[in-house]
Amino acid sequence: MKITKFRRVLTVVSTLTIAGFSFSAQAEDEIKVGLLATLEGPFTVLGQDAIRGAELALMEWKGMAGGKKIVFVKGSSNAQPDSAVNATRKLVEQDKVDLMIGPLSGSEGVAVKNYSRTQPQITFINGSSGGQETTLVDPSPNFFRFNLDGAQVMAPLGSYAYDKGFKRTMIIAEDYSFPYSQVQGFMSGFCKAGGKVPKKAWVPVGNKDFSSVIASIPEDVDSILVVLAGADAVNFMRQYEQAGGDKPFIAGSVMVDQTVLSYKGKRRDALIGTLSSGWTADKLDTPEWNKFVAEYRKSFDDAFPAPSFFAFAYYSNVKAMLEALDQVNGDLSDGQAKFRNALQNLQLQTPVGLITLDENRHAVGPAFITEIIKNDEGDLVSEVVQTVPKIDQKLNLSAAEFDAMGIGSRESPSCP
Amino acid sequence: MKIHKRKVSAIVYLIVLALFATFAAWAITDNKNLFVTVSMNGLTIAALYFLVAIGFTLIFGLLKNVNLTHGSLYLLGAYLGYTVADLSGSWLVGVAVGTFGVGIVGFLLQVLVFRHMQNQELQQALVTIAISVILADLMLWGWGSDIYQLDPPDWMYGAVAIPVIGKYSIYKLFILGFSISVGLGLWLLLNKTYLGVMIRAGVDDQQMLSAMGVNVHVVFALTFAIGAAIAGLSGVIGGSLMSITPGEDTRYLLASLVVVIVGGMGSIIGTALGAILIGLSEQYGLAYAPTYGVIFTFIIMAAVLIARPQGLLGRE
Repeated sequence: MKITKFRRVLTVVSTLTIAGFSFSAQAEDEIKVGLLATLEGPFTVLGQDAIRGAELALMEWKGMAGGKKIVFVKGSSNAQPDSAVNATRKLVEQDKVDLMIGPLSGSEGVAVKNYSRTQPQITFINGSSGGQETTLVDPSPNFFRFNLDGAQVMAPLGSYAYDKGFKRTMIIAEDYSFPYSQVQGFMSGFCKAGGKVPKKAWVPVGNKDFSSVIASIPEDVDSILVVLAGADAVNFMRQYEQAGGDKPFIAGSVMVDQTVLSYKGKRRDALIGTLSSGWTADKLDTPEWNKFVAEYRKSFDDAFPAPSFFAFAYYSNVKAMLEALDQVNGDLSDGQAKFRNALQNLQLQTPVGLITLDENRHAVGPAFITEIIKNDEGDLVSEVVQTVPKIDQKLNLSAAEFDAMGIGSRESPSCP
Repeated sequence: MKIHKRKVSAIVYLIVLALFATFAAWAITDNKNLFVTVSMNGLTIAALYFLVAIGFTLIFGLLKNVNLTHGSLYLLGAYLGYTVADLSGSWLVGVAVGTFGVGIVGFLLQVLVFRHMQNQELQQALVTIAISVILADLMLWGWGSDIYQLDPPDWMYGAVAIPVIGKYSIYKLFILGFSISVGLGLWLLLNKTYLGVMIRAGVDDQQMLSAMGVNVHVVFALTFAIGAAIAGLSGVIGGSLMSITPGEDTRYLLASLVVVIVGGMGSIIGTALGAILIGLSEQYGLAYAPTYGVIFTFIIMAAVLIARPQGLLGRE
């Protein structure tokens, strides 16, 4: 009895082993890439668009790079750091991917970067996460990021908004590293120009009820800087409208994203004229950007009128990976050394312009100040009012000036 | 010994009340308008939490069924309500379909799942977690991850003038009144109707009730259906106040759990008390300490679990 059982187990085990061998033999001419995005939780809509961006880049390469077939293995997180690390760990340790793309959200980026230190044989390329800390504090040698962080893209907006007549603003933002960075970017210019920020409200991600935060907005501010994303942003706008609020918004980069602008509600028109700053704009109107938008629209039936930032960021990061793979002919030997070297020296032509990496493997590239307009079809889209061609992770400040401010947090910077 | 315990808890309640009174006094002198608005917001969100949790506490308290699909039933009600209201153009039809549709799902859950694992709480918990995961994915498949927003009828949409704070959303006042009526209705159903008598008798002695010629299975299935229908109803009501997105299921399951843990399983008044405590603390947190506001809810829960593990008004 026992022996039969033992033999049965043996058969199963050997079958599995053989299956495993044949699988790895097949894997010789393909490269498995883990693709992590938020396909659950509050940022689900954003995660889905991120996947579209990644797939668009791969389609452009017809599924091949460096002579090898590229296969995405998808993973899902819910915008929380622990869930991002769990999903990454599953992709790396169980699915045995060769390269990783992701994650989507700020604090997830910090956590995945920390995890990447424990897996030095794998190269991690960011998805769209834009927390400053990820590459600024204790950077990991195998974590690369080809998109600007949240502070970089907001840095030009502060002084611009001040010149436009906004002097006192309240901040309502989600409570994690990406909005910290966005707020710091804005405030670095705004406070320097003489603006005041008397109050900041950091609300938990996924909070749907803003009515009490809205009630606590001081009378004497002339604008509200709102850094919320997805469903949270939509809920905030609706409740602000219901409460009869009429102060103009200054918007964080993901607030004027198509994921939010496509929302159907009465408060939509009040967004026209809203200033923001970001990685890109819907109406950037350069040939490269228009081509990217056309490809995006053509490739997906259920897509937004224009690709969101997340689609763009995942597209750029995947494109960087594919270009580097082409350069090294898919050679990932020797701890992926050649591949990493190619990534480090890449002159990446993205749809918004040239992006290069600094010594922390973080992107240096363009940012755009935008304003919301209504186009002929009645869609809300962002239009560029000013382009900053090159901004680095220290916000183009001197090292001393930046270090005096430190990285963005709940308290820093401050100018009440 | 008992008297001593009562004395201690009386002192604890007094301290808590005194702390709250100090906070309220400070908040009123600081900005009366804000304090009253936030309190009203706390009560309306409490009304919504009560509406969601009451079905949960009914099913657990009376049937001893641990139904962790409760959040999924809420979200299903919201989606059904949205789709029907969108097609028919009538919010009320959406409310009706959301309520009855989910009621039927609840009935099926009781007949097909819970009947086969009566009194096996661990099994029930595991099976319902599995069902809620499956339901969540099915809903993601059916409705996608878009942000839906139900609009209540126009006459409820605007604001109305009320004393002290000026304008306040009519729809929120409606939620407040509506959930008080649902609570009262449920209390009447349980205490003043024949069905209520049978439900309570069935909980105390199932075999005796069945020996008296009552079909116990039907009674239990009906109770479960009522609890589920209220979850579906609150989905439509809540989906008209805030957005409907994937993930709301776990959010409201957690909210219901916290509310009934604080209030006491199976008690309608306890659920109301729990909902008010959680609703108010959440809103005060958001307005006065937005960064750390979330912690208050869990401090309350932890404190109740330490001092009165059965909940504030739960039976030992």
